[in-house]
Amino acid sequence: MDVLTLSRIQFAVTVMFHFIFVPLTLGLAWLLAWWEHRYVKTGDEKFLRLVKYWGRLFLINFGLGIVTGITMEFQFGMNWSAYARYVGDIFGAPLAIEALAAFFLESSLIGLWVFGWNKISKKAHARVMALIALAANLSGLVIILANGWMQRPVGYVLRNGRAEMDDFLALLTNSYGWAMFAHTLISAFACTGFFVLGISAWHLRRRNETDLFKTSFRTAALFALVFTVLTAFSGDQNGIQVGRYQPPKLAAMESHWETRAGAPFAVFSWPDPKNEKNVFEFLKIPNGLSLMTFHSANAEVKGLKDLPPAERPPVLVTFLSFRFMVLLGVFFIAMALWAWIKGRQGKWGDNPLLLRILPWVIPLPYIAIQLGWLVAEIGRQPWIVYGLMKTSDAVSTAVSSSQVIFSLIGFTLLYGTLAVVDITLLMKHARKGPDVDTSAILNTAKV
Amino acid sequence: MALQILWFVLWGILWAVYFMLDGFDLGAGTLYNFLARSEREKSLVRRALGPVWDGNEVWLLTAGGATFAAFPSAYASLFSFLYTALLLVLFALIVRGVSIEFRAKGETASWKKGWDLGLGIGSFLPAFLFGVAFGNLFRGLPIDARGYHGTLLTLLNPYGLLTGVFFLSFFLVHGAVWVAFRTEGEFGARAHTLAGRLWWILLVAAVNFLVLSYFETNLAANYLHSPVLLVVPVLTVLALLGIKLYLVKNKTGMAFVFSCATILLVTATGLIGLYPNLILSRTDPASSLTIFNSSSSPMTLTIMTVVALVFVPIVIGYQTWIYRVFRKKLTDDTGGILY
Repeated sequence: MDVLTLSRIQFAVTVMFHFIFVPLTLGLAWLLAWWEHRYVKTGDEKFLRLVKYWGRLFLINFGLGIVTGITMEFQFGMNWSAYARYVGDIFGAPLAIEALAAFFLESSLIGLWVFGWNKISKKAHARVMALIALAANLSGLVIILANGWMQRPVGYVLRNGRAEMDDFLALLTNSYGWAMFAHTLISAFACTGFFVLGISAWHLRRRNETDLFKTSFRTAALFALVFTVLTAFSGDQNGIQVGRYQPPKLAAMESHWETRAGAPFAVFSWPDPKNEKNVFEFLKIPNGLSLMTFHSANAEVKGLKDLPPAERPPVLVTFLSFRFMVLLGVFFIAMALWAWIKGRQGKWGDNPLLLRILPWVIPLPYIAIQLGWLVAEIGRQPWIVYGLMKTSDAVSTAVSSSQVIFSLIGFTLLYGTLAVVDITLLMKHARKGPDVDTSAILNTAKV
Repeated sequence: MALQILWFVLWGILWAVYFMLDGFDLGAGTLYNFLARSEREKSLVRRALGPVWDGNEVWLLTAGGATFAAFPSAYASLFSFLYTALLLVLFALIVRGVSIEFRAKGETASWKKGWDLGLGIGSFLPAFLFGVAFGNLFRGLPIDARGYHGTLLTLLNPYGLLTGVFFLSFFLVHGAVWVAFRTEGEFGARAHTLAGRLWWILLVAAVNFLVLSYFETNLAANYLHSPVLLVVPVLTVLALLGIKLYLVKNKTGMAFVFSCATILLVTATGLIGLYPNLILSRTDPASSLTIFNSSSSPMTLTIMTVVALVFVPIVIGYQTWIYRVFRKKLTDDTGGILY
């Protein structure tokens, strides 16, 4: 395989792995901050125990998110140096700003939070977690604005043989980036909701610490309900941006071949990229696609045939990823509603079915989020920066394929091991419940 | 012109602070398996690093990000030329980070042993490889108009290896002084003695580095051109002696201050010699990447200057506060840690 293909596989593997750990960090930090705030306000030990239990799971997840993030920054220079050289003037700035304004705060405070329980006041300690949550979210914003620039490049001029910054404000206010950020953040909160729901349900079914896990169940049910619904709305906003600024991606998402006004939407269809049509289309809703994309029945939706085949994104994978993401999204709203209603009624013992299902739902939001990123990144191909630079022009020339094979094998082995360890640890500590005898871990007794 | 020089200075500061802060993590992490004999002592070392290593590591990420934003061509060349070396640094830093985090979350002896080893190797490799990388930057890389003509082995030349040993011994002293400063009793005394012994190795490595740099590199040129700059290496030598002086006086806090100062000054000494190059070519001087031919546009540099001037002081502010929170000597009371 050539350096380009290998580097693409490596970037996909490492960024998807990194993003396994991001959603929970973005969301659970806020729940922890909330429970710790409640503890400071009410003095109720229950909230402290909640913070310590969920905090332990948060930390197991957080560490890997941090260390795998460094890989992403390094790769822009290692594997994509032509990209770094061509757009670094505008793309490098958000990366540096993210480190200075957000990542520093998040990483510095986490140590204080873990080790500082008796060292700073309870109130300050609770605020530290709120700041960690804020910094993590801000970090996501700046990184996604950088990605948003790759989706819809703005505020640059071509000068000195490269893309140079012309309007920094345009980059910061890029509607495409903000729509992506909103969707990413909100879906991360929904994912967090199901994580907490699933583990709480597991314990409730076994009647462990019912008082404690009822509280986390109820909070998480509300969290999941609100944010699954908002995920749908933010997804719709994203769709508008895609339709407006990246028509080929939208066409691939919908497997839409012919440009036309008042485009219909087929609930069931299957793309046939070779013959530039769909194998079948069932349950057609007249004007559906125009309505969904542009909120206007007669809007024109561009089709894939407008572009030569080499300029089109891979249709099947974009189409399927999008469909399954949406399908999962609908399922999440139903599950969250069910959990919220039962949680409000407080009927725990009567509902083993719900409590049995919820732990199995935990992986699904992660899958939906990964599918969403597949749509965003594969749907942009063959461009690395839409309309400005092709992915094939972005790869490093000073790197040999044997080097990338070596690094790809290294990443696969290292990340594979870390994934197994991390998931095993999460499951072990999730099952253990809130009370852990740490003296066995610390061995402090044997002085 | 002025902006590029300013960013060279800022770039240097970011690297210097990274070496100063993560240097003691890397040093103490490398010594961890040798210095700490019991579980209790291991716990002390880990708790000396635990609250701060993560925030320290971000200085590296920021140095990388700043290189990307301010000197994108240099960033692109450096990272792709030194692909495999940086990959090893990256793997090591990942292993170092997860070792600290995961170790406390299991109980079995093999679990602990495995992550102890991870912490040791994950700290040793970056400490050594950063030296090798900077040694090669000082010496120059085989670059011409067609690109880079070297491999991982090209970097392992005697001067590069010596700089690696120099950095490593530096971080070992720094780490040992930090552990001695943070702990008390017999263990603190042992760390103190070790720091004193390692200092002699550092002295030998430093002298060798200075002499070999004079013959192997062009670092001396800027100093010969403006002798007033020699004040920086002279201060470096004084700071290096200061470490020993305060170790002998049994003032580990001051020894640590001087060890910090030495690292800042050594970095400054090297980078003053490198100026205005970022990536020096030893085969074709015209192909060297300087701060002038590899920088971002004036607009980007201006924006980044504002951002850096606002946020770097804020970062220094809250990191200083965190160090102050954890200033008391470590005891066996581990209450108030969330594991």
